[in-house]
Amino acid sequence: MTTQQGSRFFFNVDWITILIYTALCTIGFVNIYASLYNPETSTLFNFSSNYGKQLVYIITGLMLGFSILLLDAKFFSVFSPVVYGITMLLLMAVLVVGRKVAGNQAWIPLGAFRLQPSELAKFGTALLIARYVGNFNPKFTDVKSIFFAGLIIGFPLFLIMLQPDTGSALVFLAFMFPLYREGLSGYFLLIFLGMIVLFIADFLVPSYILIPIIAVVGGFFIYQNRRKQKMMFSMILTTIVAIAYLFLVKVAYEKVLEPHQRTRIEIMLGLKTDPKGAGYNVIQSKIAIGAGQLTGRGFLEGTQTKYGYVPEQSTDFIFSTIGEEWGFLGCSVVIGLYIFLLLRVINLAERQRSTFSRVYGYCVASIIFFHVFINIGMTIGIIPVIGIPLPFISYGGSSLWSFTVLLFIFLKLDSNRMGFI
Amino acid sequence: MENLFNRKYIIQGLFIVVALILMGQLFYIQVASDRYFLSANSNVLRKKYTFPARGVITDRNNKVLVQNEPVYDLMVTPSLVKPFDTLALCRIIGIDMAGFHKRFNKARNQSKYQRSVFEKQLSVQTYAALQERLSRFIGFETQNRTVRHYPDSVAGQFFGYVKEVSDKDIEESDGYYRPGDYIGKSGVERQYNDVLRGERGVENTIYNARNVPQGSYLNGKFDTLAISGETLVSSLDIDIQKLGEQLLKNKVGSIVAIEPSTGEVLAFVSSPTYDPNLMVGRQQGNNYMDIFRSPNRPFLVRPLSGYYSPGSSFKPLDDLIALQEGVIDPNTTFNCPGGYWAGNHFVSCEHVDGNISLRKGLARSCNTYACYVFQKLMTQKKYKNKIEAYDSWSAKVRKFGLGSKLDLDMPFERKGRIFTSDEYTKRFGKHWGYTTVISLAIGQGEMSATPLQMANIMAIIANRGYYIKPHLVKGIGEKKDVKKEYLVKNSVDIDAAHFEPVIDGMQDAVNASYGTARASAIPNILFCGKTGTVQNPHGKNHSVFVGFAPRDNPKIAIAVIVENAGFGGVYAAPIASYITEKYLTGKISGGRLAQSEAMKKLVVLPDVPRPKIKWAPKGTDSAAKPVVLPASPENKIVSTKTTIN
Repeated sequence: MTTQQGSRFFFNVDWITILIYTALCTIGFVNIYASLYNPETSTLFNFSSNYGKQLVYIITGLMLGFSILLLDAKFFSVFSPVVYGITMLLLMAVLVVGRKVAGNQAWIPLGAFRLQPSELAKFGTALLIARYVGNFNPKFTDVKSIFFAGLIIGFPLFLIMLQPDTGSALVFLAFMFPLYREGLSGYFLLIFLGMIVLFIADFLVPSYILIPIIAVVGGFFIYQNRRKQKMMFSMILTTIVAIAYLFLVKVAYEKVLEPHQRTRIEIMLGLKTDPKGAGYNVIQSKIAIGAGQLTGRGFLEGTQTKYGYVPEQSTDFIFSTIGEEWGFLGCSVVIGLYIFLLLRVINLAERQRSTFSRVYGYCVASIIFFHVFINIGMTIGIIPVIGIPLPFISYGGSSLWSFTVLLFIFLKLDSNRMGFI
Repeated sequence: MENLFNRKYIIQGLFIVVALILMGQLFYIQVASDRYFLSANSNVLRKKYTFPARGVITDRNNKVLVQNEPVYDLMVTPSLVKPFDTLALCRIIGIDMAGFHKRFNKARNQSKYQRSVFEKQLSVQTYAALQERLSRFIGFETQNRTVRHYPDSVAGQFFGYVKEVSDKDIEESDGYYRPGDYIGKSGVERQYNDVLRGERGVENTIYNARNVPQGSYLNGKFDTLAISGETLVSSLDIDIQKLGEQLLKNKVGSIVAIEPSTGEVLAFVSSPTYDPNLMVGRQQGNNYMDIFRSPNRPFLVRPLSGYYSPGSSFKPLDDLIALQEGVIDPNTTFNCPGGYWAGNHFVSCEHVDGNISLRKGLARSCNTYACYVFQKLMTQKKYKNKIEAYDSWSAKVRKFGLGSKLDLDMPFERKGRIFTSDEYTKRFGKHWGYTTVISLAIGQGEMSATPLQMANIMAIIANRGYYIKPHLVKGIGEKKDVKKEYLVKNSVDIDAAHFEPVIDGMQDAVNASYGTARASAIPNILFCGKTGTVQNPHGKNHSVFVGFAPRDNPKIAIAVIVENAGFGGVYAAPIASYITEKYLTGKISGGRLAQSEAMKKLVVLPDVPRPKIKWAPKGTDSAAKPVVLPASPENKIVSTKTTIN
């Protein structure tokens, strides 16, 4: 029985996803090597260097992934509250015993290794959301289920904001997609989109123009729905809330965000230029990417990369190395791989029999999507600088392992899709 | 449930839309715009230029006329500068502290990380003093380059000058020039700039983000060495050029000498002139203004942009046309009663010769004879009317190069002036005839020519009917290339046989006892020529002489104009004869040497300082503006001030 199960289990694993995963890790290693390359000291297998370490992380990551495949699929569903609980404890612990790096208290030192609980919190939360939806089958049309889901997501988000690590916290907004898939009204997404649009518009358009515009647009919809009382009422409410939001967001912007975060947003919106200071990173990243042109300068030929013009190039700004050395074609391949992976994961999620597996699949896709969008968007200057890694590619063990675990749990669930959890 | 399943497509669609947004921005910064690519190169690449030496210019006998002298630019890279003894640096290069800060701030505003010029063209002596201490001035370095040096200090207008490129030059050069490069601004330096300038060398060095050099870019694949400019062999003969400038010293005027068989310009004198070395070095700007403001406009290149009526020197040309047309033959005589009545005005001669023929008419410069010839030409029966007659005549005159550019290889040539019949009709209405324009018979009136054109007419007569476009450069580069257009003979459509009678007259003008230039005969050489005394509304007449020598197989054709010097035989003819003799024999013989020395010392400057003329870029000469006057005879006004013999 064991042998039969074993062969069936390997047969059922989605090898295409693993292939893409391996491709992205390899691209990561190659570009980390390039961005840290030093013609005098570099040898390909030097385990004291960061690219050597990354190779270790990749190999151990793969081992970790395959050992997850060996676990029983039921394990994740059953122990999801435990995993969630542990990650929450770690998030609390980091606030006490964490080490401050670059203003964020996000790391717990464990010997030579540093643990970043916010990375673990992502799949902890994903598991519990999946369990909640799987067990109770909420429709997200009532306040109670929205409240519970909000609580599961909001708690770690709140703890991470205390570190404060806005970037990682932002990723928790990704859970809106699985909830939307399970019945959360599309208005939530629209409202969220509207909030972002209004937030940006507030910077670019003076209030005395913006408020009349909102009033006129709102008025138009109110007039359109004048025969449907309920709709009219909600339209009036929306308009009022929108205007109130404009005032609130200004206050929140000044009070909640740190000065460096405000600067980053203003630079992204083009309201401020600071090429030597806060804007330096993005400008150099754009220059490096732009220098790649269509086909790139070639492996180890990127001058901006080789001569250290882009800070943080092996971690958060690794995409600038890809941009410079592999050009628009290389960037397109990487983005294409991500999109293929995301669509694949969504398709796999939809073929699951258990709700738990489906919701978890959506969580995985959404988290990866958020990271990719924010990270690449940041390196090419369409999103303010938010320090989150590019999944599977950026240098760093915590990030690579947590994404590996995140993805392989789903692959395990998928390989077991015919079984009941 | 069915509709919830559809939400999969909304989410997947969102992923794809976002991916397309990312790709759109990537496409913009990587493919559509090269702004970032260029920024990347300016991030890492620092170019260090080495300047080529400009090409050497020699005279026709390969004697070096222009060479290069080393100078040193002091360069600064502001970001590397550390506190140092600024006063010591100021003392060495001769500036004060305010000047230091001015220069340093200018460099820093240009770029903190790129080198820029701190002080230009330090002399070898200053450089030596600086070099000893340079190691203490961190961030400063010197850069070699060369400037022009003219050992003979002659032919300023011929060479022109070299100057740092202007913003306009940089813009027009399509990326060839960069600030700090030099470019020929006038004269041969400008005309042959592309040949002389050479190729700038460049060394590309890569710098890392901390501005530390990381070695050469692509192993020096794009590095180049400076290549010196090519050598130009000019057509000038430095000996007669020098002599010409000395003879015209303290006089205003021009000398052009041409080798008839080749069209090569042997002498190109414009007076007043200036030492070309003044237009080199740190004082260039000041010297330029000094020369610009000095009287009689030294920057006017008289040989090709000075306008003069040819006066009597035009007569041989008119006689040639008449011989070709058959309206006269060498033995035709006209009666000279001391003048010619053209309608109701009188063109007088200084002499009363009775019946006079071509040979004597030219030798004695008889105005009456010239007027009859012109009358004959303009009243030929074959023409329907005066307009046709005039058009036909002026077309023949234009064949000799009057009224159009000769395309000398030098900027700013002017074309001179011959009126068209339309212009006359416009001025006089319908009623004009040969009597109205009779001044043309003696080279006055609505006719002006440059000294170059006058010398070229002599080359035509010397060649018996053709000319080769005059040019100033004999050969370009090591192969001594010659432009093809300088090998073409341009015929003036006059039969060679008609030249001899005219040349007889010109020979007598110099060599006969009754000739107008009898004082300028050269021993043992048949010097043929024609004097002219050109009426000039602004002052005394211009003294003109044109000629060539020897009569058979001529080696030199020459035109000399001395402004406001009166009779052509007094100044222009002797000057022409000294230059001709020197060129043909290498010396000035016997007593003539003393005469030439005396000539060098004579001062003939315009009596009244000219009114300040606003800068006209093409350089008009107001003195030679054609003005309609009743024709005046050549010998009517004799200079009272100067006689030499």
